[in-house]
Amino acid sequence: MSSPPLLALRGVSKRYGAVQVLTDIELEIRAGQVVALLGDNGAGKSTLVKVISGVSPADRGVIEWEGRAVQIRRPADARELGIATVYQDLALCGNLDVVGNLFLGREIRRYGFLDEMEMERRTLHLLERLTRGLPDLRAPVVSLSSGQRQTVAIARSLLGDPRLILLDEPTASLGFQQSTEVMDLVDELRDRGMGVLLISHNMGDVKALADRAVVLRLGRNNGFFDVNTASQEQIISSITGAAENTPRRPAHEEAAW
Amino acid sequence: MVKGTRTMADDRRTGTAASPAGDGGGPRRRAVAGTLERWVAVARRRLRAGEVGSLPVVVVLAVVWITFQSLNDNFLSPRNLSNLSVDIVGTGLIAVGIVFVLLLGELDLSVGAISGLAGAVFAVLNVQNGVPEWLSLIIAVLAGTVAGAVQGYSFARTRVPAFVVTLAGLLTWNGLMLYVLGTSGTINLDENGLVAELTGYYFTHDAVAYAVAAVAVGLVLLVACLDRRRRVAARMPHRSLQVILARAGGLAVIAFTSAYLLNRFQGLPLALLIFLVVVAGLDIVLRRTHYGRQVYALGGGVEAARRASLNVTRVQTAVLAVSGTMAAIGGLFLASRITSVSQSSGQGVLLLNAIAAAVIGGTSLFGGRGSTWSAVLGMLVIQSIASGMAITDTPAAVQFMITGGVLFAAVVIDALSRRSQEAHGRA
Repeated sequence: MSSPPLLALRGVSKRYGAVQVLTDIELEIRAGQVVALLGDNGAGKSTLVKVISGVSPADRGVIEWEGRAVQIRRPADARELGIATVYQDLALCGNLDVVGNLFLGREIRRYGFLDEMEMERRTLHLLERLTRGLPDLRAPVVSLSSGQRQTVAIARSLLGDPRLILLDEPTASLGFQQSTEVMDLVDELRDRGMGVLLISHNMGDVKALADRAVVLRLGRNNGFFDVNTASQEQIISSITGAAENTPRRPAHEEAAW
Repeated sequence: MVKGTRTMADDRRTGTAASPAGDGGGPRRRAVAGTLERWVAVARRRLRAGEVGSLPVVVVLAVVWITFQSLNDNFLSPRNLSNLSVDIVGTGLIAVGIVFVLLLGELDLSVGAISGLAGAVFAVLNVQNGVPEWLSLIIAVLAGTVAGAVQGYSFARTRVPAFVVTLAGLLTWNGLMLYVLGTSGTINLDENGLVAELTGYYFTHDAVAYAVAAVAVGLVLLVACLDRRRRVAARMPHRSLQVILARAGGLAVIAFTSAYLLNRFQGLPLALLIFLVVVAGLDIVLRRTHYGRQVYALGGGVEAARRASLNVTRVQTAVLAVSGTMAAIGGLFLASRITSVSQSSGQGVLLLNAIAAAVIGGTSLFGGRGSTWSAVLGMLVIQSIASGMAITDTPAAVQFMITGGVLFAAVVIDALSRRSQEAHGRA
């Protein structure tokens, strides 16, 4: 038996008022692994991300971090564990510059004042590793291209040296060239031994990057696939519901990974 | 006259290209030309991207001054400029508070009423009840802080737009002021008291004005050089010495010319000194502290700020408390100018002028962009127009229309620059 997974969800459920959005979700992410989270609109992907990132905590179920059960009640809990989230809308402040956005809420101070130089230095250091097309660090983020903004959002999530990163549709608003750059970046994160949960509608991205795919349908698990062996048709039919897997899979089957 | 026409531009580095200035090992002259060229290139790119900063208002101010000077030789006389510099202070201080609220993308309509309330509180306590001046002053200012904080907290918790909350506040505080004043319609302040001195005192010794100018230039130079040294040591992009010296030189010209002109009348007015110190201090708070960064972040996107785990309620409350405090301080300066408080204190065009000053000075109505210096520049424009109209015997009707035109132009520039910034980002 290998080391326990970085993050494991066991029987996680979430209800918004009368609507049961997630039912008994099973999910495992290991270090150095990209797991694609797939599903049609309304399948519960974004809700699951919010559960893991602590924005809207789970009602029931167990969340395990490296094999021990943990509570994620607030975004700060997730951050302390080492979980970083890049939201689909990026959640950047358009009027602040790149440095300001990266360090928003955790500014470095010197004699009580913002230490712009140190923050700029670390930003430069971080971005140099991530991208070749360095944006103007002192330009407001609103004036950057969408690909650059995506890079800034990912860079921000990497600041706290997270172990697991959640990417919600990172390529949805990008052109081909920029998508490729972001995908290279994800590849790089995996090589560094991070766990990545990638939400995407783009099967091409999933095939190219992910090690495993987890399909949600109507708030339930609807299949686990090894991306290298499963065919695209199999995965898609699981997403659309053409192949109805057993809605509730016992935990040990996911654990078998 | 004013010690800092450069505002946000102070924050801009000459560029972020990884190589420091003057690399390449070529002849020194070429390196210098290269630095300046790069600086100009960055400035031009930013102008095209819609970051116009305080450029338009400086142009407007120059046009206004040249126009009135050509109509009447007395306009740019030391006496008139000195009076102008004191006249801008009361409303200008209120406008500084407005800048904070505008940075959130909100409006505070209660500042006029709060300024009147503060004046009334001071007058009733000090003149009618014999409370010591300093204590009355503190209580009056704190009354503004509390009024602002109450509004801020209601705004933050209910998420009702601030202009509605403060509209209710306008009526409430105005009513409270009338209640405080009671039957006494007008209260005259002590002609030689502390508050009267706020706008009545001048540092008549020439050396004071020059010393203040020298200290200001010296501080700017010192901070810039220290920052540069640290950046050079860390091999980070930094401003070239030429740019630093050019900036300090420009500031020195403005500061010493102002000092010279003020000394030719009655010397440096205390009111102007307080105003500039407050504006510079709050500018540092906004641009260089954790709190200020949060204010800008909220103006850029409340949701993004919340997800970055900022305490949105606290920042919003604090911002309106600042605006209430500044309104109260401004109200005391306004009362000082006429050494009396009456039922009409804080009414009329005061509120509109304060908001107009902040916007004309270049603070965006859409939130997230602006600086406290825009209150100074905007007030200079508004007060210059008023003063010029008075000197040239033009009716007040024309003055309102011209000021309205300038305000409209400022709003249009604001909207256009915002749009071009966004269009720039869509590349």
